[in-house]
Amino acid sequence: MASLAIKRRQRAAKLLVNETDGKERPMSKPVIEIRKLCKIFRRDSQTVAALENVDLKVNEGEFLCLMGPSGSGKTTLLNLIAGIDQPTSGELCVLGEDIASMSEDRLAAWRSANVGFVFQTFNLIPVLTAFENVEMPLLLTRLSAAERKEHVLTALELVGLADRSEHYPRQLSGGQEQRVAIARAIVSDPTLLMADEPTGDLDARAAEEVLNILGELNHEFKKTIIMVTHDPRAARHATVTRHLEKGQLLPLEEAVLSSSA
Amino acid sequence: MAVPLKYNWRNLIVRRTTTMLTAISITLTVAVFIVLMALANGLETSLTSTGHPLNMFIMREGSQAEGFSSVRRDELRVVKYLDGIATNDRGEPFVSAEAIVLTSLLRVGREQGSNVTIRGLGPKGMALRPEFKIEEGRMFRPGLREVLVSRRISKRFQGCRLGDQLKFGKGYWTVVGIFSAGTSAYNSEIWTDVVGLMEEFSRNDYTDVLVRVKSAEAAAQIRQLVTSDKRLHLKPVMEREYFESQMQTATPIRVFGSLIAVLMSIGATFAAMNTMYAAVARRSREMGTLRALGFSRRSILTSFVLESVLIAMLGGLLGCLLSLGINGVTTGTTNFASFSEMAFDFRVSPALLLTGMAFAVFMGLVGGFFPAWRVSRSSVVNALRSC
Repeated sequence: MASLAIKRRQRAAKLLVNETDGKERPMSKPVIEIRKLCKIFRRDSQTVAALENVDLKVNEGEFLCLMGPSGSGKTTLLNLIAGIDQPTSGELCVLGEDIASMSEDRLAAWRSANVGFVFQTFNLIPVLTAFENVEMPLLLTRLSAAERKEHVLTALELVGLADRSEHYPRQLSGGQEQRVAIARAIVSDPTLLMADEPTGDLDARAAEEVLNILGELNHEFKKTIIMVTHDPRAARHATVTRHLEKGQLLPLEEAVLSSSA
Repeated sequence: MAVPLKYNWRNLIVRRTTTMLTAISITLTVAVFIVLMALANGLETSLTSTGHPLNMFIMREGSQAEGFSSVRRDELRVVKYLDGIATNDRGEPFVSAEAIVLTSLLRVGREQGSNVTIRGLGPKGMALRPEFKIEEGRMFRPGLREVLVSRRISKRFQGCRLGDQLKFGKGYWTVVGIFSAGTSAYNSEIWTDVVGLMEEFSRNDYTDVLVRVKSAEAAAQIRQLVTSDKRLHLKPVMEREYFESQMQTATPIRVFGSLIAVLMSIGATFAAMNTMYAAVARRSREMGTLRALGFSRRSILTSFVLESVLIAMLGGLLGCLLSLGINGVTTGTTNFASFSEMAFDFRVSPALLLTGMAFAVFMGLVGGFFPAWRVSRSSVVNALRSC
């Protein structure tokens, strides 16, 4: 069983490395640089500062865990980095690009090339099978149908669900759904993986499985992961944990480097 | 790259009840539109295809329809020998003096009467109408109170079947034959011997004269001769032009049909719009997810509009199938020019079906656009947050 898993991963690793233009990126290069980032929401006449003067640097290959109470701005920060929300002010440089100034269309293309999403509620398309769900991001690439199939099956194999590829989301358990969602997030081999409360809707066992997969993606495939969570267990898989409170990023107390060795 | 069509198709199948109900509203609109236009088409076909290109009616000055005309016997004598009139194979002028009488007959299965044209004519009159053919029975014999009834009138009016006794004028007439006349307006008439008919109704004057001219130039020459001859108070009209001018009968049907179709289409478009608004609201988070994955606003907009168009095409297709059922069915209306029954077939043409489909697609486009626009404009974050 274990050897099978190893073989599977070796195959997967081969495929994924092939996708990253064959170049090994040097570690510890900052992929995200944020300075004085502010996000202000206007509700009627009131303004609410969701984020205030946030400075943050994330290096390639980091597994950053954002924690904090509800309303502290962690999801807002995640959305800004992922390029699905626009900051009110400040610098937002992700993978060397100033994404705050990009047009909606360019941003969509940028997300498709660079960011994978994992949501709390999985957000699989109910009318599509696991295979078809995972294939969706690849429809935005130039891959042929045969190449897409290969990538999708590899991604599904990586999350241990190759045998469920023809199942619809309603035929899967919550944990399986989230694993399909992870396969969807990594199928186009993005540099960044954004996970917003990925274990929030899962029971303890399924949550552990999902976190293990994320940890593995970080270790073995060098994915830079940013995860928002309430779950202290989840934070154990991270290389860095940062706390937010009332829209402000608390200073780094001490490096929580549980698994960066 | 676009959101795959199977995504829309499966969503339509998942909510099949709503899909079908919406499609049916479009089906009905398209069907009503096609049926009414087929009616106008059929009527127009029967009027435009009537007449030999070298046939000419000579009728009373100022009369808008044959029924209002009269031609005196002395006028007929002049007309017969006008220069430019063709001769038949026996060397006689190819001229048919005819009489028209309207009579009220009862429709099959109804107590209500309707005016039917009875045309009195002779063998030359029949020869002048090459599409004329006796389908059943035989030719009437002059002076014996016998009539030929057109197939369409025979089906639609009481006492008009072969062998029936038909009452008009002073007594009963026997139906000895059933005729057809292509797709022309003569398909709505009863024919008998002109002399017998004029005697029956104590008429001295003919109604009008149908002549065959030698050529188009000859027609112009006759026109000139007739209008300049002080003895004649007549006007020549080409047979085709005469029937085409009666197409005003079809105009109200066309206008009314279009109006009904437009009104119904507003309803159907709102139905499609309502369905799509509901779909958009329910799938807002899916759209947010697709946008996050990198699908552009335009591809989301296109996807939803296509979904609406798919419903509309389904509806349109059903509407076309439904309306095909009336293709070739005979119906009748009063010709407002001659005040007599005009029987014709509904004509559902491929062009009309295409127009119906285009109409359906248009409803789908309009109905889908606004909901699709709304979802494609909302922010990704808001879309993801909705449930």
